[in-house]
Amino acid sequence: MKSFVFPEFQIIRDEEKCGQCRGCERQCAFGTHTYDPVADRLISDETKCAGCQRCVIFCPKHAIVVRPAPSFYRPNASWSREKLDDLKKQAETGGVILTGSGNDKPFRIYWDHILLNASQVTNPSIDPLREPMELRTFLGAKPDIMDISAGDGKVEIKTEIGPNLMVETPILFSAMSYGAISYNAFGSLARAACKSGTYFNTGEGGLPKEMRQEFGRCAIVQVASGRFGIDAEYLNCAAAVEIKVGQGAKPGIGGHLPGEKVSQLVAETRMIPQGTDAISPAPHHDIYSIEDLSMLITALKEATNYEKPISVKIAAVHNFAAIASGIVRAGADIIAIDGLRGGTGAAPKAIRDNVGIPIELAISSLDRRLRGEGIRNRCSIIAAGGIRCSADVVKAIALGADAVYIGSAALIAMGCTLCQKCYTGKCNWGICTTDPRLSGRLNMDIASQRLANLISAWSHEIAEMLGGMGINALESLRGNRDHLRGVGLYEWELDVLGIKGAGE
Amino acid sequence: MARAEEVNGSGSLDDAPASPREVEIDAADQDTRALNDRLRELLLSGVEKVVIRNVCGQRYIGTRLYTPQHLKMDIEIFGTPGNDLAAFLFGHKITVHGNAQDGVGNTMDAGEVVVHGRSGDVLGFSMRGGEIYVRDGCGYRTALHMKEYEDKRPVLVIGGTAQDFLGEYMAGGIVVLLDLEERGHQANFIGTGMHGGVIYLRGAVDGSQLGSQVGCSPVDPSDRKVLDHYITRFLERLPEVGLSREEIINSPFLRLTPKSKRPYSTLYTY
Ligand code: SF4
Ligand code: SF4
Repeated sequence: MKSFVFPEFQIIRDEEKCGQCRGCERQCAFGTHTYDPVADRLISDETKCAGCQRCVIFCPKHAIVVRPAPSFYRPNASWSREKLDDLKKQAETGGVILTGSGNDKPFRIYWDHILLNASQVTNPSIDPLREPMELRTFLGAKPDIMDISAGDGKVEIKTEIGPNLMVETPILFSAMSYGAISYNAFGSLARAACKSGTYFNTGEGGLPKEMRQEFGRCAIVQVASGRFGIDAEYLNCAAAVEIKVGQGAKPGIGGHLPGEKVSQLVAETRMIPQGTDAISPAPHHDIYSIEDLSMLITALKEATNYEKPISVKIAAVHNFAAIASGIVRAGADIIAIDGLRGGTGAAPKAIRDNVGIPIELAISSLDRRLRGEGIRNRCSIIAAGGIRCSADVVKAIALGADAVYIGSAALIAMGCTLCQKCYTGKCNWGICTTDPRLSGRLNMDIASQRLANLISAWSHEIAEMLGGMGINALESLRGNRDHLRGVGLYEWELDVLGIKGAGE
Repeated sequence: MARAEEVNGSGSLDDAPASPREVEIDAADQDTRALNDRLRELLLSGVEKVVIRNVCGQRYIGTRLYTPQHLKMDIEIFGTPGNDLAAFLFGHKITVHGNAQDGVGNTMDAGEVVVHGRSGDVLGFSMRGGEIYVRDGCGYRTALHMKEYEDKRPVLVIGGTAQDFLGEYMAGGIVVLLDLEERGHQANFIGTGMHGGVIYLRGAVDGSQLGSQVGCSPVDPSDRKVLDHYITRFLERLPEVGLSREEIINSPFLRLTPKSKRPYSTLYTY
């Protein structure tokens, strides 16, 4: 059937500059560029281009420009080009539209409507280059009452405190499974986490055996509805265990890792036969209630001898705060909430773009709900989905989070350009692919260094911002909404965020 | 703390024994955590067999028995163990003289569970290895998302039948429903989303009871060999059913397998 869909991108090659080295042909796994030996020139099939900019960046002559195709349908505020194109694709195939990365629709980004405070004159600001700044955080349940004994100049904690994760900076790598991302990308996250005193999250695809000894101590291993790669060894090698109930990019639905991506190594790690679809059902079929969840939390605590904190990850959806309260009461030590803009390797676009709520609102309502019920100390909150820079981290913590998970930001640090084609398995940046030729493009030494650099740069900036506010420990910022003011927000939005308008 | 009595072996628990020891404990008045603390303590002290009396609803028995050295233990339970018996089980052997509740063998990796009675819902959920033998029937959502990998092929043999959603999302392993009392298989939605593994049913099932991804055929000689093997093991463990291997095996069996390893491969467009 003739496709009526426009090419999304236009490829312009400067023939003057092009040296026919055929580099672009090799770089593009989508097969966009081909060499025509008769004409001795490269030809580009724009219908195949994903706009990932790989060929642009790697062209030694800087001869290629890839830009949005200027062709247009008659402008129509209701029928955008994306709407028309998606509809046509569906008319041509009858399928569900898949996409990758996070929601790209113009929902309000609250981070950009919140401003931070700084000290002036009274309560002087602190210079983080001269004064100690405490970014270290402990994630896990804290006791209701702390009993101590003091004497002889020594203080001893008498209360038994459950397992907590010590993280040097409040930034953790979000769940990205091996299989969805490449071995090299996965390994780079693991290395960078250990190097930076933080944690990476294995996602639901297991943890390759050879990584356990070295990186297990920085791993949060996930237990999702597909239960891939899970045995007592996997659970016990890690620092913490996370039950994945939902994900911001696709709340309420499961996942299918297509058989093409289940290579031998992926199969080994997930412990499933090679080439089969790895299907994660929408719910955990042993969890239909808070009671059931409590049972899985306890089963995992039993399986790990009560030595590891158990996290439960849910998507931020309407009324989630009440559910989260149940999750805390069910015994979770950490709640990870993933907002509307959380990324994914593959999700139906209709879900990614229409389900969930923004993380900023979610953090605030969750923190206030748990405080209101007097159980905020019983769990830590990790916020995920749409954290783009250090200022977002600071704002998230001031709204009530203990730490954040970064997913897309970490991938971008490794080279991702948010082309959203992760589900094709052909990521030219070697990130979302299991093709060894493509994943070999990602050098683990370099990629892990880029990640570690990012964490260190953000941590410096966080320290600067804290110092500016006259705060010397992250603890004092947590839920400290007085340091936030809103601009350009409606009254109800300020109310949900629990902050005042700027100037107030 | 549970009271422990030496059944055989010598000396107190602190003495390092030369030979495998068997210990009997009384679970009356023990809560889940205390009982599992005790079992772990015994495993670490080198005990290889534990008989637990008066079990009444304690959960996760067998779950806390992972050790880096892969120590193994035989556990014999008298009474009714609570939910998630043998969850994440790592190679131990558990025998229940009584009924089991929900979640037996949840995400079990290796080992064996024998239930001299019936079992509740979500039996063998996401199980990847080991064997479970249940003398009577079991509840809803049995063998959900059971999987297999290389030499790990979980086996679930049920003397009775199962209820709805049997084998949903099943990705591997072998399930055998013997229906020894010949009540007929009543379950609906069998094998919805099934993409691996095999279910053997003794007797008949109507097409309307099966998920659309399931293919149904009579067993062939190679299936009979598999059945023969596991029925023999079933009878060895549960001799009280009082039937011979021939009586069971010489009846019509059906084999349910997925029509495709990729049930959703045409669902999406790019
Ligand atoms: S998909 Fe990427 S590498 Fe291929 S032509 Fe487009 S921009 Fe270049
Ligand atoms: S990971 Fe790769 S495929 Fe996915 S958005 Fe980034 S560059 Fe594109």
